[in-house]
Amino acid sequence: MTVYLDHAATTPLRREAFDAMLPWLTGAFGNPSGGHRVARAARRAVDDARETVAAVLGCDAGEIVFTSGGTEADNLAVAGVLAATGGGAVCTAIEHHAVLHAVEARGGRIVGVDGDGLVDLDLLGASLSADTALVSVMLANNEVGTIEDLHAVAAVMAAHAPRAVLHTDAVQAAPWLDVATLGAPAGLLSIAGHKFGGPQGVGALVVRAGVPLVPLLRGGGQERERRSGTHNVAGIVGMAAALAASAADREEAVSAVRLRRDRLASGIAAALDGVTLTAATAPRLPNIAHLRLEGVDNEALLLLLDDADVCASAGSSCASGATEPSHVLAAMGVGRDEARSALRLSLGRTSTDDDVAMGVSSVVTAATRLRSPAAVAR
Amino acid sequence: MRVLVALSGGVDSSVAASILIDEGHDVVAATMKLWGGAQDSGCCSVADVEDARWVARQLGIDHHMFNFTDEFDARVVAPYVADHAGGRTPNPCIECNRHLKFDRLMHRASQLGFDAVATGHHARITADHRLLRGVDRAKDQSYVLCHLTRGLLARLRFPVGTMTKAEVRERAASLGLRTAAKPDSQDTCFVTASGGREQFLGSRIDLHPARVVDRAGVTLDEVAAVELVTVGQRRGLGGGGGERRYALDVDVRNRTVTVGSLEELCTAAVALADVTWVGVAPAAGCEVDVQLSAHGRPVGAVWDGDGVRFHRPERRPAPGQAAVLYAGDEVLGGGTVRASAVSVPA
Repeated sequence: MTVYLDHAATTPLRREAFDAMLPWLTGAFGNPSGGHRVARAARRAVDDARETVAAVLGCDAGEIVFTSGGTEADNLAVAGVLAATGGGAVCTAIEHHAVLHAVEARGGRIVGVDGDGLVDLDLLGASLSADTALVSVMLANNEVGTIEDLHAVAAVMAAHAPRAVLHTDAVQAAPWLDVATLGAPAGLLSIAGHKFGGPQGVGALVVRAGVPLVPLLRGGGQERERRSGTHNVAGIVGMAAALAASAADREEAVSAVRLRRDRLASGIAAALDGVTLTAATAPRLPNIAHLRLEGVDNEALLLLLDDADVCASAGSSCASGATEPSHVLAAMGVGRDEARSALRLSLGRTSTDDDVAMGVSSVVTAATRLRSPAAVAR
Repeated sequence: MRVLVALSGGVDSSVAASILIDEGHDVVAATMKLWGGAQDSGCCSVADVEDARWVARQLGIDHHMFNFTDEFDARVVAPYVADHAGGRTPNPCIECNRHLKFDRLMHRASQLGFDAVATGHHARITADHRLLRGVDRAKDQSYVLCHLTRGLLARLRFPVGTMTKAEVRERAASLGLRTAAKPDSQDTCFVTASGGREQFLGSRIDLHPARVVDRAGVTLDEVAAVELVTVGQRRGLGGGGGERRYALDVDVRNRTVTVGSLEELCTAAVALADVTWVGVAPAAGCEVDVQLSAHGRPVGAVWDGDGVRFHRPERRPAPGQAAVLYAGDEVLGGGTVRASAVSVPA
């Protein structure tokens, strides 16, 4: 039985999403941009989904732009605002590459974080100017789980760059946090369906009224000219159903997953020496345990875990598929060698007590093996 | 047996993997990411990784990426740059084999519980763990494997070492592997074909002009970068119309390249540093065949305990190059050519 501890990468499709999608995969169809009855039915389904998503995210239905996923939503936010305003972008050093590379490609400024991954508000203030059009600060980090205080970020922006728009990548936050409240200061907000039990290949960008935005994709003018391309009807419907379901069971799911996550982390830390819990004192997501296991090469560790039928991750991957030392840990001041001992275990709503027990014993066994010089003839 | 095959994305390692599978082994493939630079060729470009992944899929085996870029930088690239800065001519392929493939990779394989590691090198391993030249003499790679030892050979497999390159390609084609007609890799993988050694080194160290002098110290010409001159080199040292001139000595500190005739380039002996033996070290006075470059012709010599004495004078190899000692087809060991002790003016 596979023990899946990589829910931050992707998580299984929820039953609610499957049920909502099924009709659109097995008979019902239609291009929502058309005028006839088949098209109108598809249009209704997309707009019902739009309303559902807007209700959960705390915005108007007209402020939702459906995209092909989180990466497109992030790129649209960065490129769209800069193209519309001619201003510059600022983001934190721990953003997902979908934001970081989009900002870097346009000559933006990168702001450092502290040892817990919290954005340095003084540095942020110093990097803002009248010319700043966009500030991007993720709501919760995908590797270590640190939750940023967007209200504090917005206050700094109001003082130093009052015309700048705040974008937040809420892709990891959406399954676990009240995004409508915590993300309220943001004029732009990205989510990705597959992180909360929707299908892969669909996401959304909230574009608050008045935020200037030039589209990335031009064509038929869908999504109020903000994102052309025929709608992924089944995907959009599935994402909306998953988001509504995860909002409905959020409190219960958060307390259950936090308990399991804490048992997972403390179980490993109790059995092994030299375990550091990353961002231990920061506000962070309830489902991620990010550990550094002194003297353990994470590339080898992940392969041993894989052999033991345990799926986990470390850092991010480059174009070749190799594990790269994490830019997030580097920004937090963790050295390159230590970053190579990092392990991210992320739980989801389907995680069980057995997953936790198997996760603890497998990590302990694999790390012990890798630390033992006797086990390896060189 | 559980075998980890190092799949580079080339035809030799692809066929090596297929042979091991046919032999009934439990085979897993891994591609080493060694270099993160913007190289346009070499053994770890994204296109090669794609080829490796595709071959693994065709063969029905798992494929992993191992990120060894930090080790490659520290053990291969940095010494390569330092050697050139010191006027030596290193062989980075030998260092990569020694420190990456046959140390880091084998260590990783042991950690993961593999019984053996396989590569696509053209060389043979005997049942008693001796190292022999590959059957295909034109493709023989035993020279760059000279630092292997019996202990390592016991855990290594070179499945294509008994095949000719034509046979390897034929087998790849018959299996429908997409690497069947892929050209052989060339040159130093981390140095781009377009920029070359000059650009690679020039962006990492200062290159200095130097005087070209004869053995009496008389200045004959100038070169733009003393760090790019190799002992034995003839081109680019001036002296167009007259007698052919060869670099006899490269003195980076004094910015001097000493040149002389072919006769002066030749030497009766070469001192070696960092010598390792596959098995037991031979006694001083032992007859050996010495190979001084990857595809050089072996020449008769005597191992004198500190280096080799040629039966007939040979062109002086550049300091930093490897000298590999053979007994017929068998690799005895190898070492690095020391800076020349030839009498040239300071």
